[in-house]
Amino acid sequence: MMTKEANVFMPSRRAVLAGMGAAGLMTTTGLSRAAMAQGAPMKLGFQLHATGIGASYGRWYQRTADAAAKMINDMGGIGGRPIELVYEDDGTGPKRGAEVVDKLANQHGCEVIFGTLFSHVVMGSAPRAGELKIPYLVCSEGYHVASGALNRWTLQPGITDVRSQIQAMAPWVAANLGKKVTMVFPDYAFGHDHRDFFTAAIAAQGGEVIAHIAVPPTETSFTQYLPQIPAETEVLYHVMVGPGVLTFVKELGEFYGAGAGPKLFGFIDSLEAVDMATPGLEFLEGSHFWEAHSRVKPADAGEHEAAYRAAVGVDDNGASLSDPADVATFSHMFSAWETLFFIKQAMEASGYAGPADRQKLVETMEGISDLPYGVERPQGAKMFNGKTHQAFGTQNISQVQGGKLVRVHQTTMADGAYDDAVDYTAMSF
Amino acid sequence: MKIWILHIAVLLALVLAQLVLPPYHANNLSRILVLAVFAMGYNISFGYAGLLSLGHALLFAAGMYGAGMLVHHAGMPALPALIAGGLAGGAMAGLVGLLALRTAGVSFMIVTLMFAQVGFLSILYFNGVTGGDEGIALTGPQRQILGLDMTQDTPRFWVALILFAIALLVKLALVQSRFGRLMLAMRENEERSRMLGLNPFGIKLKILVISGVFSGVAGAAYALLFGYLGGSFASVQYSILPMLYVLLGGAGTVLGPLLGAGLMFYLVDFTSGLTSAYLMVVGAALVVLVLFAPKGILGTLRERWLPWLP
Amino acid sequence: MEGLVKAAVLALTAVGLSLVFGVMRVVNVAHGAFFMLGAVLAWTVAQYVPGDPMFGWFAALLIAPAIVAAIAATADTFVLKRLNYDPEATIVATIGLLYILEQAALSLFGPDAKPVPAPFNIRLQLPWFGYSGYKIFVVFAAVAVLLAVWWFMTRTRAGLVMRATQVDRQTARAFGINVDRVYAGVFALGAGLAAIAAVLLVPISQAHYLMGGDPLLLSFIVVIIGGLGSLRGTLVAALIIGLSDGVISMFWSPTLAKIIATAAVAMVLVFRPQGLFGARA
Repeated sequence: MMTKEANVFMPSRRAVLAGMGAAGLMTTTGLSRAAMAQGAPMKLGFQLHATGIGASYGRWYQRTADAAAKMINDMGGIGGRPIELVYEDDGTGPKRGAEVVDKLANQHGCEVIFGTLFSHVVMGSAPRAGELKIPYLVCSEGYHVASGALNRWTLQPGITDVRSQIQAMAPWVAANLGKKVTMVFPDYAFGHDHRDFFTAAIAAQGGEVIAHIAVPPTETSFTQYLPQIPAETEVLYHVMVGPGVLTFVKELGEFYGAGAGPKLFGFIDSLEAVDMATPGLEFLEGSHFWEAHSRVKPADAGEHEAAYRAAVGVDDNGASLSDPADVATFSHMFSAWETLFFIKQAMEASGYAGPADRQKLVETMEGISDLPYGVERPQGAKMFNGKTHQAFGTQNISQVQGGKLVRVHQTTMADGAYDDAVDYTAMSF
Repeated sequence: MKIWILHIAVLLALVLAQLVLPPYHANNLSRILVLAVFAMGYNISFGYAGLLSLGHALLFAAGMYGAGMLVHHAGMPALPALIAGGLAGGAMAGLVGLLALRTAGVSFMIVTLMFAQVGFLSILYFNGVTGGDEGIALTGPQRQILGLDMTQDTPRFWVALILFAIALLVKLALVQSRFGRLMLAMRENEERSRMLGLNPFGIKLKILVISGVFSGVAGAAYALLFGYLGGSFASVQYSILPMLYVLLGGAGTVLGPLLGAGLMFYLVDFTSGLTSAYLMVVGAALVVLVLFAPKGILGTLRERWLPWLP
Repeated sequence: MEGLVKAAVLALTAVGLSLVFGVMRVVNVAHGAFFMLGAVLAWTVAQYVPGDPMFGWFAALLIAPAIVAAIAATADTFVLKRLNYDPEATIVATIGLLYILEQAALSLFGPDAKPVPAPFNIRLQLPWFGYSGYKIFVVFAAVAVLLAVWWFMTRTRAGLVMRATQVDRQTARAFGINVDRVYAGVFALGAGLAAIAAVLLVPISQAHYLMGGDPLLLSFIVVIIGGLGSLRGTLVAALIIGLSDGVISMFWSPTLAKIIATAAVAMVLVFRPQGLFGARA
């Protein structure tokens, strides 16, 4: 009942006007929620990266959100009302992103909007969500929400932000891999976040970043930068994003060969949707990665892991059930699932009945703090900070063993805690 | 006279459209109007004077950042920032023009493209100030123009419409003036104008600066009206878009950019509702359109039926 | 060394565009899409050829350019020819073509980057670090392709016809040359060369449906800096651009070097508008 059909469905202006009128009628006449359960399904808008640079992620975000919506509908919907996801493609760009927020809210009549991953789309869309006064729940892991750059209507309840992730990682890196670190990162905002946060975090552990190697954004070959890695480097911290990643790893392999090199530590962002068995990646054997959610099902995985994988259609190696070479963006896509369940929880707690209750909905969300482990949160328990609108969870460190990512360490929520930079609850709506 | 009536009528139709359209489309109209100002700027240099630039994203970004930086870092009110954005666009165009206008044709195209690439990379590189690719979201208090709140749809539309109307009428006056004929002379036969004692370099520089002011105002308005500035607006895509708008609507026509911007917007908006492979439909539509109206819609109309269309 | 590889990559991607641009005076925005298509087809072909990666790669080298050239010839016949190669209309049409090809690749090939194994895997171990043998091969392949194109243009009858058309379309027609067929041939050849470049380069990068953007811009720059239709110019320009940011990055941070190098190369054009080896128009 959702996705493709919802995609194809584009209501006429009259239908939308009628729909909005009906919604207004319901709120003014104070119809009970039970009465609405028999009514039309509740529409939730999903801002999807179906084309553009984020398309690899978008495909999996859509599959995950569909699975979550199906489970929620099987459980009786939200507050007794069935839900329907409406997807609109933003082309992974901020301009279309803002337009899509508009379209989902005004044209499709969605109650809330969620699902955005790429930071620039979040930044470009959040102002419009604030203007429309519609809750905008992003699944981006950017620090933009918790830094205070956005507004009262923008929240990130489904995934830990990058600052917290990095901070939680650093002690383990310093204790187990080495204290002299060289960082290789793309020379723009995403890479600079890693540069700034990790440099500070490792210094707090008594370690040191001895070289920062910033790779220009348009670069497609990295060989010329590799000789800049100092010989005394103990740990090479690498984070790349986009299709250049495979090239980077392959060139790293060519550069060091079988000889002794530094230990590698990387963010899985580099290899999301990439099969670890890809030729050229043999070089990563024995190296470590951060993962938000272990792609290969750990032996001691929680009880809800299997249900989540089955619902989304992912096998125990983190690949599609229908095609073992089609690897999921496993460390990010759970956020679409968890965010949808967060919406359900907050809507039911606030007695949400329609757009007039949106402010109450956000206030309810801000009041939520404890998010325990359950089928709603297959990645693990989280704490939600209502002041910074940001969730904090546990992180995993995995090692590549026999071409598979094996979890070797799990951080605690306390590892990733930092002081609040903003109090959104003090801002006006 | 007929010409002025037509354009006033278009403006009145826009006012009417805002009143009857549902909110989504009314707000789209605001976006289209601002983009149309950008496209009109492009049309002045390309459509009338034949300067095929692939670097107008730099001028749009100059306006966007000229205004956005002043508002965000220096706390300047929005209206002076908007004007500053226009000046930044014009100044950047002057700078680029001084160098790039030494070349012509495809070389001009590539030089402007490369300067724009320099601008784009610089915005990403200095992200401590510019926000880089992630960009900067402006807040409500930063977006008040003469007491009008740009976070509200209706005042935003009026500001967009006023900017568009000023741009449209200035452009119309420009192309009807003596300078307008000089612009055409640059496109049609630069050599002859030189023999007539004119200074083509100076004229083209002026044209480019005017085009830059239009683009800069559009960039500044986009930042202030919609509350976001970011590096992606300086990428090459935003040099190609105004060209596409102009070519679709009709190069060298006053209303072509508006028509092109609106058409392109709704082509994407409508087809993305029909199929997830909408880019293919958009591509096919472009090919079909150009096959049947190679001079753009208004250009072809003018050629066949309406020779008086400016 | 890395600069030389870069130059080879640039020369390879630009040579097809140089040909189309030189002969037809057409700005082909879809050139990058043809390049992407070549890489994506290379991956597809390699999937279906069992055994050693070498077979798959060689099969791709034959099949991918043929398919891409056929698509290009079709596009030329049904669209560009009917536009009479009007420069402005051609830009819109090739942008349309670009959208169609990218969406087709996204729908059929998917959004993920896919690697194509190199036909051979030799790693050169230098005293202090290692280097890919395949990259050296790419340099030689680039030289070979350029030589082949040069030989084709100057030593064969087809090349002569193309050059004649380039110099004067009307006169060529008067001499009984079928200009339409020449143009379709050149357009197909240019696209085929883009695909050959892609197959050669995809083992050192990845096949991805958005990969056409950067090569397109770089090819344009190389072709214009080199001078329209001058193969020698294309080669020299590729060398200059390939080596310049390597040299400049010794003094500044890499991104700053890229910014400065881009501005510097633009200055070359500002002071030599006809390109390095172009005749003054």
